[in-house]
Amino acid sequence: MGTLYLTATHVIFVENGSETRKETWVLHSQISSIEKQATTATGCPLLIRCKNFQVIQLVIPQERDCHDVYISLIRLARPVKYEELYCFSFNPKLDKEEREQGWKLVDLNEEYNRMGIPNNYWQISDVNRDYGVCDSYPTEVYVPKSATAHIIVGSSKFRSRRRFPALSYYCKDNNASICRSSQPLSGFSARCLEDEQMLQAIRKANPGSDFIYVVDTRPKLNAMANRAAGKGYENEDNYSNIKFQFIGIENIHVMRNSLQKMLEVCELKSPSMSDFLWGLENSGWLKHIKAIMDAGIFIAKAVAEEGVSVLVHCSDGWDRTAQVCSVASLLLDPYYRTMKGFMVLIEKDWVSFGHKFNHRYGNLDGDPKEISPVIDQFIECVWQLMEQFPCAFEFNERFLIHIQHHIYSCQFGNFLCNSQKERRELKIQERTYSLWAHLWKNRADYMNPLYRSDHSQTQGTLRSQMAPCNFLYKFWSGMYNRFEKGLHPRQSVTDYLMAVKEETQQLEEELEVLGERLANLQKSQLNDNKDKSKQQEQSKQLRLSTSNNSLANTPQEYSNDLKSFPSRSPSQGDEEDSALILTQDNLKSSDPDLSANSDQESGVEDLSCRSPSGGGCLPSEDSGKDSDEAVFLAV
Amino acid sequence: MLAVPGIDLLFSSVPQSAEFRLANSSGTITLRCKDLKVLQLEIPGMEECLNIASSIEALSSVDSVMMMYPFFYRPQSLKLEEGWHLFPLQQYFQQIASQVSLEGRDPAMLRSSQPLTGPNRKRCREDEMLLGTVLEEGERGFIIDTRSAQAAKQARMTGGGTEPKSSYPQWRRLHRGRPLQESFIKLVDACNDTAINMDRWLNRLESCRWLSHVKAALSTACLAAQCMDREEANVLVHGAEGTDTTLLVTALAQPGCATPPLPFTSMIPPGGSPQAGHPFHLRCARSAYSHARLKQEAPLFLLFLDCVWQLSRQFPFSLEFGERLLLTLFDDAYASAYGTFLCNNEKERCLCKVKENTHSLWAWLNQPGERKKYLNPLYLPNALVIWPSVEPQSIQLWQGLFFRWIRSSQYLDEAWAEIQRLVEGNEPPVKDSAGNRLSQSLSDPTAQPENGR
Repeated sequence: MGTLYLTATHVIFVENGSETRKETWVLHSQISSIEKQATTATGCPLLIRCKNFQVIQLVIPQERDCHDVYISLIRLARPVKYEELYCFSFNPKLDKEEREQGWKLVDLNEEYNRMGIPNNYWQISDVNRDYGVCDSYPTEVYVPKSATAHIIVGSSKFRSRRRFPALSYYCKDNNASICRSSQPLSGFSARCLEDEQMLQAIRKANPGSDFIYVVDTRPKLNAMANRAAGKGYENEDNYSNIKFQFIGIENIHVMRNSLQKMLEVCELKSPSMSDFLWGLENSGWLKHIKAIMDAGIFIAKAVAEEGVSVLVHCSDGWDRTAQVCSVASLLLDPYYRTMKGFMVLIEKDWVSFGHKFNHRYGNLDGDPKEISPVIDQFIECVWQLMEQFPCAFEFNERFLIHIQHHIYSCQFGNFLCNSQKERRELKIQERTYSLWAHLWKNRADYMNPLYRSDHSQTQGTLRSQMAPCNFLYKFWSGMYNRFEKGLHPRQSVTDYLMAVKEETQQLEEELEVLGERLANLQKSQLNDNKDKSKQQEQSKQLRLSTSNNSLANTPQEYSNDLKSFPSRSPSQGDEEDSALILTQDNLKSSDPDLSANSDQESGVEDLSCRSPSGGGCLPSEDSGKDSDEAVFLAV
Repeated sequence: MLAVPGIDLLFSSVPQSAEFRLANSSGTITLRCKDLKVLQLEIPGMEECLNIASSIEALSSVDSVMMMYPFFYRPQSLKLEEGWHLFPLQQYFQQIASQVSLEGRDPAMLRSSQPLTGPNRKRCREDEMLLGTVLEEGERGFIIDTRSAQAAKQARMTGGGTEPKSSYPQWRRLHRGRPLQESFIKLVDACNDTAINMDRWLNRLESCRWLSHVKAALSTACLAAQCMDREEANVLVHGAEGTDTTLLVTALAQPGCATPPLPFTSMIPPGGSPQAGHPFHLRCARSAYSHARLKQEAPLFLLFLDCVWQLSRQFPFSLEFGERLLLTLFDDAYASAYGTFLCNNEKERCLCKVKENTHSLWAWLNQPGERKKYLNPLYLPNALVIWPSVEPQSIQLWQGLFFRWIRSSQYLDEAWAEIQRLVEGNEPPVKDSAGNRLSQSLSDPTAQPENGR
C-alpha cells in the first residue's frame, strides 16, 4: 500500500505503513514499456519495465485511475523535445565555474597528445570544421599527414554518410593504428581514386608494415546485400596492399531482439536450470558478445603483435565499429582500463564519432526500430574482461552499472543527441552537467581494490583468448537482474577490501609517524616504549567489516511446498531483512536515485497503490520536493 | 613411472584410461586421469612404448585395497595414527550441540535409509514410535526423501519405499533427486570439446544437467535447513541407502558448515558409526574418463564439493577455507596418498587396518604450513545460518575444477594472491613482527613496509 506521485521527471511511489519511509523513484526517461494487465480482484495491475532492467508492478484499485496513470506515463516516458529531458532541469547545486570544470575533465585533444599525436605521420585536420564534410563527425579529426584535404573530401564522397577513414587509436610503440570509417559506396564495381589513396596514406603512416587490414565487422552476407544498394565493401584488387576480413557481428535489429529474448528469460518465475540455460542459449546474447570480443581481439592482435594498422567499418560505422574499436583500444592500452581513461574512451569512440545515442537509447520519442543495446553490449564486454582479469581494471562493476544507468537517464548532458553538431547547437555544455565530473567526484565508490598500477595485469596488452573459450562468457546477473538482490552474492568483497585498503593506509601512516617518533625518542635516550605499543593496540580496533550478516542470513524460497505449511512463514522474515538490504545499499551508493529501487526477491514489486482522489496524476503534493531536489533525497 | 620423471602418476592422478598410437618408430600414450588431467606421452621406440603402456595399465588397476599407495606412503613430517582421532563423530556432535544451543527444544536433523514398506505397504510399529518420540504433541516434522517421487515408488517394488502419511501423521514428505555419473561424464566431455562453438555451448551445458543437480542439491539442503531454522521443525532426511544423497544434504545443511574440515565429517566418518559412511571406494572408483560404466560409481562427493564452492562464491566471507581445499579433497577422494577415503565403511576400514597402516589426510592438512594454504583470507566467522540463492542466475559452472587442466587460471590466481596480500597486510601486526618492521625501517630508511605499494 502506498501513494503514487507522477512529477515532471520521476514516478515516485511512497509506501505507507512501515516506520521507515520507503520510496521508489523512477526517472521517466528510464521507462522502456508500460503494460496494462488484466484486472484482478485486488485491482488493475500496471507493469513498468525500465531501461536499466528494473521491473515494477503497480496494482491500482480503480480501473479508471489505472488508465489515467497509464496514459500519463506513456506521454511522460516519451518526450518529443530535448528540453523536456531531465538534464535541463537537473541541478546538482554547482556553480557555473564548477560546471565548466566538469566538462573539461575529459579532453580529447589531450588524449591524442597522450597517444603521441600529432607527430610525423599523423595530424589534426580542420577539413570538417563547420561539419562541412561529415555532419556526424567531430570538427577535429586526425588523419595521416599525407592525406590532403582533396583526398579526404574525395574519400568522404565514396563512403556512406561521408564518414571517411579517421584515426581512432595510435600505438606509438610500433606506429600501428586503428582507423574507422563507414562502408565504401562500391556497389558491384565502383572505384574511387581518393579513397584508395586514403587507405594508402594510412598504410604509409605505419612504415614498419607493408599492408593494412580492412575489417568489415558485418556478416559477409549482409555486406554483399549492401552491394545491390550501391554500397558494400572494399575489393582487394582495387586497393593495393590491403588484407580484407569479415567479422560477423549481427546488426542492431538482431541485437535488439536478442536482448528482448534474454530479458524474457530473466523474468521467468522460478525457472529450472534447463529453462534458464536453454533460454539464454536461444537468445543468442552471449554469442553476440563473443563476436564483438573476438573482433576486438583480432584487431588488438594485429596492432600489438603484427604491428599492422587496421581500418574498421560496418555499414555506417557508428555502432559495431564503435564497439569493436573501443574493445580493441581497451585490450591494447592500460590507460583505458583506468577510471579516467575509460571516460576518455567512451568520449572518443562513442560520443565524438557520432554514435546515435538519442536513437539507440530512445531518449526522445522516435522510431522503435532504431533502438538497440549497442553500448550496453560494449559495457558487458568490459565486464566479461573484468571477470577474466580481476586485477586489470581500476574501476569496479558498480562503475559500469552506473554508466549504463546514466546513458538512459538523461540526467547529464553527455549522451544527448546523435552527434557533436547537434550537441553544440543545443549548447549542451552550457545548459547541463557532465556525468564524468559526477562519477569522478565519487570515485572512491568505483575503485577496484585489486587494481595496482604496478601489477602485471595492468601492463600492456590484455591477452584474452579467442576461440574456443565459450565458457568464459557468462550471464551478467549484476546487470540484467540487478534489482533482484536475492540473486547476488550477499557479501561484497570489493567493499570489504576497499575498507581494508583504506585502513592499511591509515596504519601505514601511523606506523610512519610512530617510526619517526621512535627515532626521536631513541635519539633523546628515552625508552617510553609502552606508549607506542598502546597506540598499536588501539589501531587494531580500527578494523572494520562491511560484511553484514543480515544480508547473508536472508532465506529464499526453496520449495513451493512450504507455502501451504501454516506456521511461521519464512517470507515474513524476508521482508524485514530486505528492508535492511535497501538501507544498506542506500548508504553505499553515491547515486540516490539508483538505489531507490525494488527490493523484493523477485524483482517485481507487487505494490498495491491507493490512488489519491482526482485521478492518478497528482503533482500537487510534490511542491515540497521538486524534481531537482529529488536526487538529493535520502531514501 | 620411472619412464615419466616429474609426473607423479601413481598418487596424484591415477590414469583412468590409456590409449596407444604407434607410428613408425615412436608411440604416443594418452593418459586420462581421475583428476580430469589428460597427458600425452611421446615415447621413442615401439617396444618401450608398449612396455610402459602395459606397466601403467597394470599399476593403475590394483585390486586389493591393501596394495594401494596409502599403505606405502610415509611422509616424514607425520607419524602414523596421527590425525585419525581428529574428527570422531561424538566430538563433532558435541560441537554442534554447543553451537546450536542447549535448550533441548531445538529442531534436530536426523538421517536414515528408506523404510522397507515394500509392495504390500508393510508397517513397523517400532519405526513409527521412534519417529514419534522425536516430535512432541502437535509438533510437525519434515521427511525429505532425496529421491524423486517416481524413484521412491519404484523402490517399493523391491521392498523399499516411503513413509505412508497415515502411519506417520505428524510428518510431511518432500521428494527430490536424480541420477549423476552420466551427468559428470557428459560435462567433462563438453568441457574438453574444444571444437564446440558458442552457439552450442550452453545447450551442451544444459544437456549435461550437472548444474541442475547442483541446484537441486543446494535447494534440498536449504529446504532442510529452512525447516529447522525457520519452521523450527524436525527433519528426517533419507534416500535409498542413506549413504549418498542423504549425506550430501545433511552435510550441506549443517550449521557448522564453515570450519574446515568439519563439513566433511558426516560424509567421512573416521571414527563414526559404520552405516553412516559414504562408500567412497565404490562411488569414486573411476572418475569421468572410464570406459567401464560401473553401476556403483557416482560423483556425489564432487557434487557436494561443487555445492560448497557455490556457497563460497555467494558468501565469500563465510567459509574458512578456499577453493584449493575443495580441489584437494576432490583429488584425494579419487586417488590419494592417504587412507582417509579408502574403503566403503568403518567395518572395511577396520579389516584393512587403515588407521594403523596409512596416514590421515586431515593430519596432513592440519599441519600449520599446509593449513595456511587452504585458508580463505576473507574469512570472518559468522555464527548465523547462511541462505544461498538457488536461482539459475546464481549457479555457475565451477571453472576452477572443470577447466583446471584446460585453461590457465593465472589471472584468477593472481587476484587471489592480491586479496591475500591486501588482507594480510592489514592483519594487526603480531608483536614480534611489528617490532621487526619498526627496527627494520629504523635501520634502513629506504626500506618499504612489506605491504607498501
